[in-house]
Amino acid sequence: MLRLTNIYKLFNPGTVDEKTALAGINLQLNPGDFVTVIGSNGAGKSTLMNIISGAMRPDMGDVLIDNQNVTQMPEFKRSIFIGRVFQDPMAGTAPRMTIEENLAMAYKRGQGRGLRLGVTRRRREMFREQLARLGIGLENRLRAKVGLLSGGERQALSLLMATFTNPRILLLDEHTAALDPARADLITRLTETIVREQRLTTLMVTHNMEQAIRLGNRLIMMDKGRIILDIDPDKKKSLTVERLLGEFEQISGHKLSDDRIVLG
Amino acid sequence: MQAIWTSMSGSVEAGLLYALMALGVYITFRILDFPDLTVDGSFTTGGAIAAVMINAGYSPWLATAAALAGGLVAGSLTGLLHAKGKINGLLSGILMMIALYSINLRILGRPNMSLLGMDTIFPPIERDRRWMLLIVIAVVIVIIKLLIDAFLKTDLGLALRATGDNAKMIGSFGANTDTTKIIGVSLSNGLVALSGAVIAMQQGFADISMGIGMIVIGLASVIIGEALFGAKTVFRATLAVVLGSIVYRIVVALALRVDWLESSDVKLITAIIVIIALVVPTASRSWTMKKQAYKRSRELAGSEAGR
Ligand SMILES: Nc1ncnc2c1ncn2[C@@H]1O[C@H](COP(=O)(O)OP(=O)(O)O)[C@@H](O)[C@H]1O
Ligand SMILES: [Mg+2]
Repeated sequence: MLRLTNIYKLFNPGTVDEKTALAGINLQLNPGDFVTVIGSNGAGKSTLMNIISGAMRPDMGDVLIDNQNVTQMPEFKRSIFIGRVFQDPMAGTAPRMTIEENLAMAYKRGQGRGLRLGVTRRRREMFREQLARLGIGLENRLRAKVGLLSGGERQALSLLMATFTNPRILLLDEHTAALDPARADLITRLTETIVREQRLTTLMVTHNMEQAIRLGNRLIMMDKGRIILDIDPDKKKSLTVERLLGEFEQISGHKLSDDRIVLG
Repeated sequence: MQAIWTSMSGSVEAGLLYALMALGVYITFRILDFPDLTVDGSFTTGGAIAAVMINAGYSPWLATAAALAGGLVAGSLTGLLHAKGKINGLLSGILMMIALYSINLRILGRPNMSLLGMDTIFPPIERDRRWMLLIVIAVVIVIIKLLIDAFLKTDLGLALRATGDNAKMIGSFGANTDTTKIIGVSLSNGLVALSGAVIAMQQGFADISMGIGMIVIGLASVIIGEALFGAKTVFRATLAVVLGSIVYRIVVALALRVDWLESSDVKLITAIIVIIALVVPTASRSWTMKKQAYKRSRELAGSEAGR
């Protein structure tokens, strides 16, 4: 499904500000894998997401999707395979456009965009059905500007837009981190349902340890641009937060440092 | 009374013809969020192409179409400079505007060219039946406005709007934002050049400086329109631009009736209108906020004291 081989990514190379964001990442996702990703601040998690989506190019190494080498393929072309939800609820939607217009743009993911009407009657019905799955009443507000929605509603819409066309890979980068606990909980539950129902191959960065353990079938831990631990489905079932933190300290030699870490 | 009526209908007619240019400015400034200054050059390009072709004996309709095409090309070059050449948007427009000055002189071959006595797309018409022409122009402009509205609702149009609203988002859904920018700037300058062509025909000449200050006039129309008529939906926004363009012409005509103002003061008046239209809404918003905050503070202070 997705394979990364020996990925390196440096920022400001050759200057005093040089940062090795990724230092030899190897990762393989199999169809239907739901992998949670944890790691300290600056471990390279977001950079990894950007490399997979094509928003950034690696300095070395290859990205393969369905055995096709996409390393040099620009983001807008790669998006045919990839659905993404960002941390910032503002990032995934166009605020001055309506809910149905946003969905119409997402509906055309990776296809040519021509001079056909964007929101047709048939599509509108489909959007209404899809929005109803979220269970927050957005199906009755198709013509509302997205800028009027709350952060939680926007993130739910972003999640729907990223997934309803069944992308090959779903990338979630701390997509609940900017929300209050109740909203974050809602988005987490929606994510769980959608990923399960559509069997999406998913990579989800989270700072919530309990969530990282409970969700998905695999867990990877990153530190200083490397994957330092990859926990397979068998082991993951018996994992606890204490054991996870213990493992991290033992392998990395320091405590998991992130002010936002939630233990569960 | 008769004089006022004539000057009013003249303002409305000019407002409608310049509305094409204002719609172009709306597409770049408001939809793409791209401050494109090509306008000052491409307006003249449109006028120059039309004047030269008509003088050479071509059909005025063909000349108008060629002017439109010239604007589309000029705009796509600005778009290319910005999107592919990675040149700052403002600078791309300025570079193109300067380049167009020379190109326009080449097209015209001299600083100005008369169209008097030649066939244009405007039929020769007696004075007292001019209102019929006005209605035809209004209908044509409304049709063009509706076509723009329709375009902005297509899949491509949605992608174009999203490029100005959240480029990162539409990029992550597979639209090439370089392409949408180029298409948008091109379309915008096409409309601007079209406007330049019809204005040249209406006033009976094209000259090298006819585009100077167009960008500010376009902006004035957009801002006045939004302030007076609102911009909630695309339909409303484009309608507001057309009406804004008419209101602008009326305001200028009225200002020029003031004795001590000269026609050369028009550009200054335009700049002042834009400044007022930009400053007043922001200032009044922050004034309301301050009043609101003061009121709430007093309420809070009152309830503290009461405890
Ligand atoms: N655009 C950038 N320019 C310079 N340095 C960057 C940039 N993006 C990330 N970095 C650096 O790369 C490292 C990894 O960042 P990131 O992938 O955002 O970490 P994480 O998401 O795990 O917190 C950090 O040290 C960060 O400072
Ligand atoms: Mg991050």
